[in-house]
Amino acid sequence: MRITQGTFSFLPELTDEQIKKQVKYCLDQNYAVNIEYTDDPHPRNTYWEMWGLPMFDLKDPAGVLMEINECRKAYPDHYIRVGAFDNERGTESLRISFIVNRPAHEPGFRLQRTETDGRCIRYTAHAYARLTEARNAGSD
Amino acid sequence: MTESGLKPVGSPGGKASGEEVIDLHGEYEASNVQEVLDRLDHELVGLQPVKTRIKEIAALLLVDRARRSFELTSETPTLHMSFTGNPGTGKTTVAMRIAEILHCLDYVREGHLVSVTRDDLVGQYIGHTAPKTKDVIKKAMGGVLFIDEAYYLYRPENERDYGQEAIEILLQVMENNRDDLVVILAGYKERMDTFFQSNPGFRSRIAHHIDFPDYSADELLQIGQLLLGQQSYRLSEAGERAFGEYIDLRMKLPQFANGRSIRNALDRARLRQANRLFNSSRTQKFVKQDLMTLEAEDFYASRVFAEGELDQAQVFSI
Ligand SMILES: Nc1ncnc2c1ncn2[C@@H]1O[C@H](COP(=O)(O)OP(=O)(O)OP(=O)(O)O)[C@@H](O)[C@H]1O
Repeated sequence: MRITQGTFSFLPELTDEQIKKQVKYCLDQNYAVNIEYTDDPHPRNTYWEMWGLPMFDLKDPAGVLMEINECRKAYPDHYIRVGAFDNERGTESLRISFIVNRPAHEPGFRLQRTETDGRCIRYTAHAYARLTEARNAGSD
Repeated sequence: MTESGLKPVGSPGGKASGEEVIDLHGEYEASNVQEVLDRLDHELVGLQPVKTRIKEIAALLLVDRARRSFELTSETPTLHMSFTGNPGTGKTTVAMRIAEILHCLDYVREGHLVSVTRDDLVGQYIGHTAPKTKDVIKKAMGGVLFIDEAYYLYRPENERDYGQEAIEILLQVMENNRDDLVVILAGYKERMDTFFQSNPGFRSRIAHHIDFPDYSADELLQIGQLLLGQQSYRLSEAGERAFGEYIDLRMKLPQFANGRSIRNALDRARLRQANRLFNSSRTQKFVKQDLMTLEAEDFYASRVFAEGELDQAQVFSI
């Protein structure tokens, strides 16, 4: 199951060249660009791990791509996303966020039904967090 | 650099086959390099050998770009440089112009200059250095990284010095990211020579060594005139003579820093002028010229004259 979220969720995978252009746009707008990764892509999971600190005062996207590649090397089987924070007064939030890496195999979600009072059913979506296979294979 | 904008005439798109002509002069005009070179000429007094070298490098880069459009070469040339010379000889200023020239010719994407010293690159504890160095490198990407007094990175007397880690990262980036940034190492000539001897990795990655000569007393006076002109000040005739004498004395004293010492001396002369005007303001009215003019006494009051010593302020301002 190909998980999509963020700014370009409707597009196919961005190439590195396209990532660079998007990052360049962000830098030109004076956004601070950051990189995050996670093994739990649940849409409600806002707590992705940070890959280093947000990057300030960059002029050129090559440095960001360098970090993306290092993060990919360290976590090839994680989801990695790039975010751009706009500190403009009144905005002060994330403007752009898009996925730049995903596991080769994405197990998707499991739906859990819980029967409660009366005939009510509550649903919970579990991300198959951190790809059971990978864990069994003993990596990390 | 993939889109260098340089297309041989007669081959719209695609590569040149060898029959097309290329209008080097037109390319040169279109690149605005001349403008930067002119500015270099105007804003820096003397430095003839340096200016000549910069022009040669600009020509080399232009031709290289043309050669690439005929597919005679495909590699990005090594552009890292070393600037050697005493303090205040204009190294930083020239580095800024180099960044602009590289930008005009599409060798760097942004053309900004990031100027750092050891403290900006090397950390205080284990694990601190690599992120610090990389942070600086990321900021410099697309432009020029200027490392002043680069030899401080290398401390052979302490084998666990964190500087070594910064050196290794720099060497790697200088090799692998030649499209992304140009590194300029600067410092005193002798110390740079020793530094290169102990770090052959740097030596082999540097394409251009440029030596900055010290200024003559005459050139220093001209630099002073130029700086004053920029701030709408001038020297009276006697003031000019006094400033000339001041320069002769100051050059012989320790911690003489060429252009920077001149700048500092003029700052102090302006202070004295302001004081002089203020103290006589009860009895006197001034015209515009008075506010602009530095007199001989504004220089003679310096301790350089009285005791052949540095002014107190001078010792600290170097
Ligand atoms: N040839 C020159 N003409 C005019 N001004 C000059 C010249 N050389 C130096 N200056 C002035 O001297 C000051 C110091 O110059 P700069 O910072 O470029 O020197 P530097 O060689 O980089 O010194 P350091 O390596 O110690 O930082 C600047 O303010 C600059 O304007």
